[in-house]
Amino acid sequence: MSEDKKIRFIITRQESPDSEPYVQEFELSHRPNMNVISALMEIRRNPVDANGKETAPVIWDMNCLEEVCGACSMVINGKPRQSCTALVDQLEHPIRLEPMKTFPVIRDLMVDRSRMFDSLKKVKAWIPIDGTYDLGPGPRMAENKRQWAYELSKCMTCGVCLEACPNVNDNSDFIGPAPLSQVRLFNSHPTGEMNKAERLESLMGDGGLANCGNSQNCVQSCPKGIPLTTSIAALNRDTALQSFKNFFGSDKM
Amino acid sequence: MAENREFMNRRLHSLLGVIPIGIYLVQHLTVNFFATRGAEAFNEAAHFMETLPFRLFLEIVVIYLPILFHAIYGLYIVFQGKSNTKRYGYFRNWMFLVQRITGVYLVIFIAWHVWETRVQAAMGATVNYDMMADILSSNFMLIFYIIGVLSATFHFSNGLWSFLVSWGITVSPRSQQIATYATVAIFIALSLVGMGALLAFINPDLANI
Repeated sequence: MSEDKKIRFIITRQESPDSEPYVQEFELSHRPNMNVISALMEIRRNPVDANGKETAPVIWDMNCLEEVCGACSMVINGKPRQSCTALVDQLEHPIRLEPMKTFPVIRDLMVDRSRMFDSLKKVKAWIPIDGTYDLGPGPRMAENKRQWAYELSKCMTCGVCLEACPNVNDNSDFIGPAPLSQVRLFNSHPTGEMNKAERLESLMGDGGLANCGNSQNCVQSCPKGIPLTTSIAALNRDTALQSFKNFFGSDKM
Repeated sequence: MAENREFMNRRLHSLLGVIPIGIYLVQHLTVNFFATRGAEAFNEAAHFMETLPFRLFLEIVVIYLPILFHAIYGLYIVFQGKSNTKRYGYFRNWMFLVQRITGVYLVIFIAWHVWETRVQAAMGATVNYDMMADILSSNFMLIFYIIGVLSATFHFSNGLWSFLVSWGITVSPRSQQIATYATVAIFIALSLVGMGALLAFINPDLANI
């Protein structure tokens, strides 16, 4: 058996939404192919800190474990990302874990991302097809456009782009890059396009598109490689045209 | 319309930075550049600008009101952001921060510059080569002006880049990259013009031409 290699975790913890955060260190035996989640599970199994003191297990959020749901996002060594795909052997040691403080912290590493869902509702990020009778199939979508739209649809509302954005914070009500890009996704869908103006109007409201300061951290940070800044610039063009229509009047065609 | 106030304000802020403020900046630096041809040439150019018809109207509409709006709303934008270049040291994130730092510096610099030149002129002083040579004879003021001019050329060039994005003119990453090169070239060119003029005011050989 090889020598027992130790890995050290420095975790920012917090008892409740209103209590003060504190830092606690943990030391674990190294196992091959560990990721941050399996390390956190190890701590949960044996909640003893690096000084040998027994403590409450660290709380975090997780679900799919394959970087599709976005639930396990946290700040790892200073950068927000999913803890399921953060492999311990590829990280700098000691490994520092913090919650994404852009969101309200519930406990330890678990945050409340419901503001993102509220934003999706605000910008009408869906396609209304409900009615009293079957409307039949919608217009066809070109295959190359579908492939392009698929990239935008990979957004898992993980919150990494909001955490990276300098304009998403307590001083501003900016909804952040993720919901903006969703507007572009639904506006480019052949059926969704029928409600294009409504979504653009919602983006032109307070806390909307205009709050972007072009730091472009979002596109650098997105774990799904979504072209967020391209979406934002394209929406800037669409809303510019929409604002001209609103101002000068339009025959709605 | 009322609920779109933020959208309209941000777009207006972006537009005013280029038209008329950016155009005025280029024109101002060009007139200053006459100083490299000597005191006489600069005084003539400055005198021509001073004697333009409807001077006060032009100043208010083209300069004072746009700059006041741009400065006040700009400060509001600065206080909405929390810079994070330590964590995210990307080029554009640095530009985001430097744009805000130069913006705040320019509010101070321009306020002082207007007090020292335009307000003094209104109170009877003559704005000419000697006035600037006198101001810039102090090393402190020279540095204050060098940083001011470089801040202005940077803020304009980088602001032009984000104007192109904010109005949806450069959408694709490649077009934004090309715009970066173009605005860097504008920054260098305008800075050379601005520095040339500033150094001309402290050149004793040019003072007597």
